[in-house]
Order: sequence, then C-alpha cells, then structure tokens
Amino acid sequence: MTGTAMLEITGLTHAFGPGASHPALDGITLAVGEGGLVSIVGPSGCGKSTLLRCVAGLIRPTGGSVVLRGAPVDGVPDGLAVVFQDYSRSLFPWLSVRDNVALPLRRTQPGRAQRRAIALEALGMVGLTDTAQKYPWQLSGGMQQRVAIARALACEPVLLLMDEPFGSVDAQTREDLEDLILTVRQHRQITILMVTHDIDESVYVGDRVIVLTRGPARVRADLEVDLPAPRDQIASKELPAFVRLRTEVSRLVRGQPGDAGRPGSAGGAGLSAPGADSRDRNRSRAARASQE
Amino acid sequence: MSRRSGRLVARWVVIAAAVVLWQVWARQRGSSFFPPPSAIAARMYRQWFSGPVSHLFLTADAVGNVLPSLGRIAAGLAIAVVAGGVTGVAIGRSVALSGYLDPLLQFARALPAVTLVPVFIALFRLGTEMEVATIAFGTVWPILLNTIDGARSVDPVQMETARAFRLPGWPRLTKLIVPATMPRFFAGLRLSVSLALVLMVFAELAGSSNGLGYEMNNAESSFDMTWVWATIVLLALLGNVFNLLEQAVEHRMLGWHRGARGRMP
Repeated sequence: MTGTAMLEITGLTHAFGPGASHPALDGITLAVGEGGLVSIVGPSGCGKSTLLRCVAGLIRPTGGSVVLRGAPVDGVPDGLAVVFQDYSRSLFPWLSVRDNVALPLRRTQPGRAQRRAIALEALGMVGLTDTAQKYPWQLSGGMQQRVAIARALACEPVLLLMDEPFGSVDAQTREDLEDLILTVRQHRQITILMVTHDIDESVYVGDRVIVLTRGPARVRADLEVDLPAPRDQIASKELPAFVRLRTEVSRLVRGQPGDAGRPGSAGGAGLSAPGADSRDRNRSRAARASQE
Repeated sequence: MSRRSGRLVARWVVIAAAVVLWQVWARQRGSSFFPPPSAIAARMYRQWFSGPVSHLFLTADAVGNVLPSLGRIAAGLAIAVVAGGVTGVAIGRSVALSGYLDPLLQFARALPAVTLVPVFIALFRLGTEMEVATIAFGTVWPILLNTIDGARSVDPVQMETARAFRLPGWPRLTKLIVPATMPRFFAGLRLSVSLALVLMVFAELAGSSNGLGYEMNNAESSFDMTWVWATIVLLALLGNVFNLLEQAVEHRMLGWHRGARGRMP
C-alpha cells in the first residue's frame, strides 16, 4: 500500500481444525507505518489473538501474507518481541526477575555479564530495578506484567506485539501500565501492535484503532486517533474527541453501524472520513477502500 | 512456641511413647523373638558404632556390610536418575517416541523388579553388579514415567514464549524444559528412594557375600534375634535418612515451585 509501511498484512486468512473447518481470520489487510501504535479491538473470540500469532510467525496462516520490513514472515522474525496476556504463565517461576529478562538474550548476546547488564537496564525502564533478584511469583500481577514488558524491551524489538497485555490487572494498575507503554514509545523507535478488549484503552493508547468483526475476523473499521500528546488518563479522556471515538469504537465492536449517514461523514466506518481531522487521511482511506 | 514447632515436638513425643510401650511390653513378655528396644540399641551400638575414632566409630562389620549396601543404593539410584531423567525428557518431548514406547513402558513398569533377580544373577554373576542392576532396574520406572509426564506437560504458554523469543535449543532445554519437569521428576525420585532400600535388601538376601541383606541372613541362620532386629531397625533408620536427604535436595531445588504455588519458600 505505502512504501513506508514497516508491517504489511495482505489478505491474511486463517482457519483451525481438520480441513480448516473453523475460520478465524477472513482476509485481513492492514499496513502499519514505522513507529505506529495500533490498537486492535473486536468482540471476544473474534480472532484478535490469532491475528497477532500470525504476525508473530507463531502460527502459519492458511492464506495471505505478512511482510515485516520487506521480508515475508515465515517463522518468528528478527526484531520481534511479544507480551502475552498471561504473565504468570509466560514468566518462568524458576528464574529470578533478572534472569527472566536476560534469558531471550541468549540468542544474541554470548556474554552473561552483558546479558545481565541489558536486563537491569530494561528493568530500570519499567521501574523495577529493585526487584531484579526476586522471583516473579513474589511480585504483584502488575509488576509481573512490567517484567514481561522489560523482557520484550530488552530484545530491542522493532515490532512489539501485545496480546491483551493488561487484561488481568486491576483498573489502577492498568492505567499505570498504559502510561508506561506510552512512555516507552516516546523513548524508543518502536512499532506496537496491541490487541485489547478494552475500548477506552484502545483509544487512549493507540494512534490508530482497528476494529475487527465478529469471527471470522475482517477489518470492520480503521480509525485514526487524533488526540493531543502527551496523553493524560483524566484530561485526555474528557476531550470530546476521545468521547466521540470511544463511542464510535464501542458501536462498531457491538456490530452496529458506525457514524455512516450522520452529518460530516461520508458513509465510511471511520472518523478519518472527510470532515474528521486526520493526520494520515490518505493511508486510512486506502485501507478502508481495500476493505470495501 | 509456634504451632508448627509444637506439632514437631508432639511427633517426637509419640515416637518416644511408642518406644517406651515397646520396651515395657517386650520386658514383660520376655520372648527371645521380641527383644526390648534397649537390647536392640545396645546390639546396634556394639555391632556397628563402637569402632575406633579413626574410623568415625564404625566397626569392621559396619565398614564391611553397611557401607557396601549404601554404595549399591547410591550406584543403583544414580544410574536410575541419569537413565530415567535423560530418556524421560527425550520421550516426554517427542510425540513420536512416546507414541511408540508408551505400551512397552507400561508393560515394563508392571514387571516387579525382584522377579528379575534370577535373570540379573545369570547376567552379572552374584555380587555387586547384580545388586546394582536390580536396584537400578527397579528404581528407574517411577523416575522415568514421572519425568516423561513432566516433560510432556510443560506449560504451552511457556513453550510459546520460548518460541516467540526464539530461545535456542540448549537454553530451551536447560532453562525451560528441565526446570519445568523437576517437580514431577522429584515425585518419582521420592518413590524410587524408598524402593531402592527394599530392592537392596532383597538382592542381597538372594545372594551376596556382604551387605545388610547378607548380614540379615547370617543373623537369621544363627538364631540371633536381637541381631536380626538390630538390622531391621538400622534399615528403618536408613530409610528415614534417605527420605530426609531426598527432601532436603528437593527443598533446595524446588523452592520456586512451592513459592509459585503460594507456599512459603
């Protein structure tokens, strides 16, 4: 679609089961620019996680392609890191926090001292330097997810995939972690794809929200989030633009038509339609056109 | 006093009370088949622990019979741990291997190790090799089968994490599969340690020129019931010591496991 896209997903289709009898993804096409933070929302069980696993190269899709920085994804690509939802199972309980973070570096860093130094630096980034010697199960859920984020960051990924990363922590912790992601993104050139089922979160964190249809998933809408930076948990969520967007996303997730037919909209499913103030209107329009 | 230490004291009180009861009962009865604990303890001391300081108080009999038995248990268990642990992880992680080998393993496990003693005697001649083979063959099954189960049931989320971070083969084995298998491995080892003692005595009874089973044979054929009882009590004590040793190792290795399951490490 665009020459600058770092991640291009084209016609991605996947079905599980014998004879591919259970379709999960139905022709997803999506381009993500360098440094973007894209939220993916959709009804539960719609195939969001399957999409993420295909992008990560953990599942071989039955059709379509994923291209990362010009190279087709076939197996887990270089420069990719994942934060799973289930932090308590994705961290290894027999390793200290520091060793959990340092472990994936085994592939690229031969020196143990070097690995540990990188791990400590990554832990510093998520505010957990003091817990390096502890075990994951000695930490709260939110702190464990911070460790998982540090583990991902330590690999210095160009693409970070997060699968409902804050789905199992309390509301306050969730907000802190959302802000942590925004901070991380300010300091590192990193593209983030975040699957979430929380509509407020998708709008607050993302600079673009992809809404998927009920399974098998297709792209229902591709919305630009045009909120001023830096975002603030209270001020940003009061803005009319935020309220409008979250209502729109909410409606789309529930399967109701978007703002089509209402004044200022041109029949599309997004706020990036003519009239809406969009930074990247052309890309968004192209993405929508390819869906329709 | 905390509740835990209170219970510990109560446990020792129960043991002491049982010994006292036994003492009173045996004295009253005066049967030569059931000597009182005091006589048994005295005999144990004389038989094994009244040696010179330079031998750590061990008598010639202890060096000649107790130590070889301990050595055989150690050797047999070591073979079982290495063989059962390594093949267990390999079989558990390979769908093809477990598919082919599962029926065979279930059959072999059901085979009582003691019935193979005649085979081992024919294979290895009487003596240490035969005894070690019996112990190793008998104790390998709990370790092997539990290790297979443990390696097979490594958490899929953990495996996917390793894949997502492209963890290379060796650290994937040593930092993920082996630690994740450890709780089940130790469950098997616990069973094997108790089994090892039984197998040692049986193999030595069947034919040996030294060891505790041999000593028991001697005691029995000389109608020295106090000696027989002394050997029995020594075996019971050894069994307890082995269990404690196993628990200590397990405690050290699986601190994370207790912690992750919400118990204090």
